[in-house]
Amino acid sequence: MSAVAVTGMGVVAPNGLGTEAYWKATLAAVSGIGRITRFDPERYPATLAGEVDLDPTDRLPGRLIPQTDHSTRLSLLAAEEAIRDAGIDAGELPDDQVGVVTASSAGGFEFGHRELDKLWRKGPEYVSAYQSFAWFYAVNTGQISIRHGLRGPSGVLVADQAGGLDAIAQARRLVRRGVSAVLTGAVDGSLCPWGWIAQSSGGRLSGAADPALAYRPFDAEADGYVPGEGGAILVLEEADGARARGAERVRGYVLGHAATFDRRPDSAAPDTGRGLRRAVELALDDSGLRPDDIDVVFADAAGTPALDRAEAAALTAVFGDRPVPVSVPKTMTGRMCAGAGPLDVVTALLAIESGQIPPAVHTSPAAHYGLNLVVGRPLTLAARTALIVARGFHGFNSAMVVGAAD
Amino acid sequence: MSEHMPELTIDRLARVMRECAGEDEAAAFDGDIAHVPLAELGYDSLAVMETAVRLQNEYGVHLTDDEIFGVESLAELLALARRQIPAAS
Repeated sequence: MSAVAVTGMGVVAPNGLGTEAYWKATLAAVSGIGRITRFDPERYPATLAGEVDLDPTDRLPGRLIPQTDHSTRLSLLAAEEAIRDAGIDAGELPDDQVGVVTASSAGGFEFGHRELDKLWRKGPEYVSAYQSFAWFYAVNTGQISIRHGLRGPSGVLVADQAGGLDAIAQARRLVRRGVSAVLTGAVDGSLCPWGWIAQSSGGRLSGAADPALAYRPFDAEADGYVPGEGGAILVLEEADGARARGAERVRGYVLGHAATFDRRPDSAAPDTGRGLRRAVELALDDSGLRPDDIDVVFADAAGTPALDRAEAAALTAVFGDRPVPVSVPKTMTGRMCAGAGPLDVVTALLAIESGQIPPAVHTSPAAHYGLNLVVGRPLTLAARTALIVARGFHGFNSAMVVGAAD
Repeated sequence: MSEHMPELTIDRLARVMRECAGEDEAAAFDGDIAHVPLAELGYDSLAVMETAVRLQNEYGVHLTDDEIFGVESLAELLALARRQIPAAS
């Protein structure tokens, strides 16, 4: 079986719009987290987020503006960059041979929030007809497909933060079945009052007002996470096929993936990371690599002590005493729901490409977790492989192994 | 229905449509567009539906789903709407 290659990537992140800007900011440890500006957060228990602020009217066809949620507009920008990066010209591949598989955690939540607001303030006749699809989980897949005329096998994965990796895994399956190329990944976010309530109710948001004191995973002072918006879209192709069409470069390979689901939460039996450990081991099996072959880990980094403990337990169980470097670039963006995993995949490939492992910011890792967290400045390392871990609310675990281009 | 709405003309209708469904840079709104197929202007049936909702709220015009999905040009939409608007005094 030929390898499944990443041939294009597009990034939208709170600390950088576009892959190059994001990577530059990430290596410079520039955080995109700040006080929420999208709405007044004063009445809420958490006030920080990683926002992507841009005027879409400069960048997207005007006709798309009334019918798209902010996260859909960001998805379209990332997809546009990924297609350009892959050098797939319109019409070069048969349109039924290019699919779109994205992940979403909440759909177009902000759009839905505004329409609900109209419903109750003014009445049902004021709700936009575009609400029929603009809120929906599959809307980013659909809008990308329509804009670029891609009619291959498509779909959406919904598994909270784990879904982004699961989408890439599904794209890999499609490529293995003979689909020429698949746009995949996720750009996600729901930074509106309704979305904020949904995240707050989980009880895991950091209440800190100072970005330097919020979202400090694996720190003894960790008190929760900061939500972010953004993510990445990748182009996956079968490596020989990519070469045959004259793809300029392979950015790396998707080598393995596995997803597991945790048992029902039970206060008498806290999360020990067993399900996550299983996902990591199965992903390694799928890649044909052993733990010793993994050069760097991109952690899920939930930012609450119990979940950090579970993840650290899973990772130390797999890697033993070997101090494999652990990177948490999402400390600079916040947790981007489904967008986080794909952005970590892109970041891992850039780290491998450049030999620079990005640092975590704001966190001082507590020794008892037993993790070798990269902090402060980038670590120079000739990495060839990376493990990416993502966990979603209510039991989703996903792990992916990626490797260097030849 | 507002009693102070400007008369519904083809220009007014085109403006409402732009506000409701956006304007594609590719679709030039210059010149006589009354009979240009809506699809060529980049508008689908949802764009018409969105516009129809505004016409209902502002002019008291109620279009059936069949009418909304059957409309193919701004001129047709204007004719349907005007049938229900009392002549300006």
